[in-house]
Amino acid sequence: MDFLTPIEIEAIRLSLKISFWAMLWSLPLALGTAWVLARYSFPGKFLLDGIIHLPLVLPPVVIGYVLLVLMGRQGVIGGFLYDTFAVSLAFSWRGAAVAAGIMAFPLIVRAIRLSLEAVDQRLEAAARTLGAKPISVFLTITLPLTMPGIIAGAILGFARCLGEFGATITFVSNIPGETQTLPIALYGFSQVPGGEEAAFRIVVISIVIALLALAGSEILARRMQARIGGVS
Amino acid sequence: MIAIDVQKQLGDFTILARFQSQVRGIVALFGQSGSGKTSIINMLAGLLEPDSGRIEIDGRVLFDSEKGINIKIEDRRIGYVFQESRLFPHFSVRSNLNYGRKRAPAGSREIDFDQVIDVLGIGHLLDQKPQTLSGGEKQRVALGRALLANPDILLMDEPLASLDVARKSEILPFFEMVRDSFDVPIIYVSHAIDEIIRLADTLVLLDNGKIAAVGPVEELTSRLDLRRLTGRYDAGSVIPATVEAHDEEYGLTNLSFTGGVLRVPRVKALKGASVRVRIRARDVSLALQKPEGISQINILQGKISEIGSPRNEHDGSPPHDIDICVDIGVPLWVRITRWSLDQMELSEGKEVYALIKSTSIDRQSLGQQAQNMEKIG
Repeated sequence: MDFLTPIEIEAIRLSLKISFWAMLWSLPLALGTAWVLARYSFPGKFLLDGIIHLPLVLPPVVIGYVLLVLMGRQGVIGGFLYDTFAVSLAFSWRGAAVAAGIMAFPLIVRAIRLSLEAVDQRLEAAARTLGAKPISVFLTITLPLTMPGIIAGAILGFARCLGEFGATITFVSNIPGETQTLPIALYGFSQVPGGEEAAFRIVVISIVIALLALAGSEILARRMQARIGGVS
Repeated sequence: MIAIDVQKQLGDFTILARFQSQVRGIVALFGQSGSGKTSIINMLAGLLEPDSGRIEIDGRVLFDSEKGINIKIEDRRIGYVFQESRLFPHFSVRSNLNYGRKRAPAGSREIDFDQVIDVLGIGHLLDQKPQTLSGGEKQRVALGRALLANPDILLMDEPLASLDVARKSEILPFFEMVRDSFDVPIIYVSHAIDEIIRLADTLVLLDNGKIAAVGPVEELTSRLDLRRLTGRYDAGSVIPATVEAHDEEYGLTNLSFTGGVLRVPRVKALKGASVRVRIRARDVSLALQKPEGISQINILQGKISEIGSPRNEHDGSPPHDIDICVDIGVPLWVRITRWSLDQMELSEGKEVYALIKSTSIDRQSLGQQAQNMEKIG
């Protein structure tokens, strides 16, 4: 990878790593949230739905600032994490993964929920009459039939994580090798005189990654659709 | 033995189902749309919880509100064939068939995979996906899937309702074969009386959420007081008979029944086979003297045992025709005009001759007769 500078390599590596970890924690949680929203009706459901959608409508800086207040070492959650596990989220790549995951969360929940609501619950009832326990029904019927939505949500979420900027820079700042992802590196280069060439290179890298991700998701989606087939 | 005594309120609709029956062969649950048929079998399967009551199958209590028993759906061992096949779209036909089979508890009576495939004629479909199958094929696979789970009893909720007439007649023989090949009792829900007469032994008649009558198909379809529920246009008698002899020269078959012999177009059944003859009331006419020089070959003597009400059951107006029951050894229903009734001065106990225009054979198998059914309450 001689054509990439060490800073660029580091930024790509960090972007992928942070996005990966962000997806790892937010995807299962989003699946659970989507399940609750799609299948249950309870008082306060409207409120839960609203809170989940906040990152979509609030300026990202607001989310970043709230995270900083709550999860900083002096914050309620951050202080507890530091005192108990000696883990600090602020100004670390872990914090960036938390911020990216939160920003992507509503997108993932929406995609999974749509897919989950489209699953024919009569098929689940049929599976039960055939002797399958609820957990088994979920794993063999519901989950496979929701898979297109889960994959769509994962791709959407991953892309959102790669592009995450506002909440991240507010919460974990711009630290090369720790929190300097591609967009943050680009922002950095654009702020210094003579950084145009370096900034342009990052633009190209971002476009290439985006195109690769799109192609990959397209192949995955087609394979999935072929496996599941139409609605019977 | 199946014993149901359940109560369920669904909005304004009350289901009060209380009956017990020996389940042998096929028990049909019959009623108009919205009479609560599907709700009742859903309660059997555990898909719908009764407000109160008790459900017992072969000594196994599945639900008892007083004792707080409510066996989980997956533990009830009740197979269910739904109106829409409900095949799993992401599995092949083979995986669909195996879904319940591999979950059947060890030691349960084993239904042979190859035999099911064979009887249902679905061997060539095993590697296909459900969405490539025709409606009839889907229902056959769904039936096979339910059977292979080794259920104690099989529920079928209008399995033919979503199919057109041609497909229906294509599939019915498969249901008959399943009934005769596997020792699994079946509860068959339908609002098509012709399907029921062809398939079932015992009939449970439902009226607006309540059980109106329970009994052998022949008996209930012949009862005048149930005519409103069993349907008027196709009303008639169902007579059990035995194949006595074939007349190869004229292509006819002699069927013997309690009241004598019926000659019908050649039946594809062996000598000695029991069949069910269905004679629609509107296909029979009456004469006071034995007619001579007439083309009809089935002329049976009998005595009038019952004359239907000369009042329309809906608005009380006099109808133009009337159903009369003639005892020819078995009850035979005849529909004549009210004008004829008065002209011939017919009354109960009068000797008449019944002229049968046509017959249809609804069943060419040796299905066991249901025994020991009773209606409580």
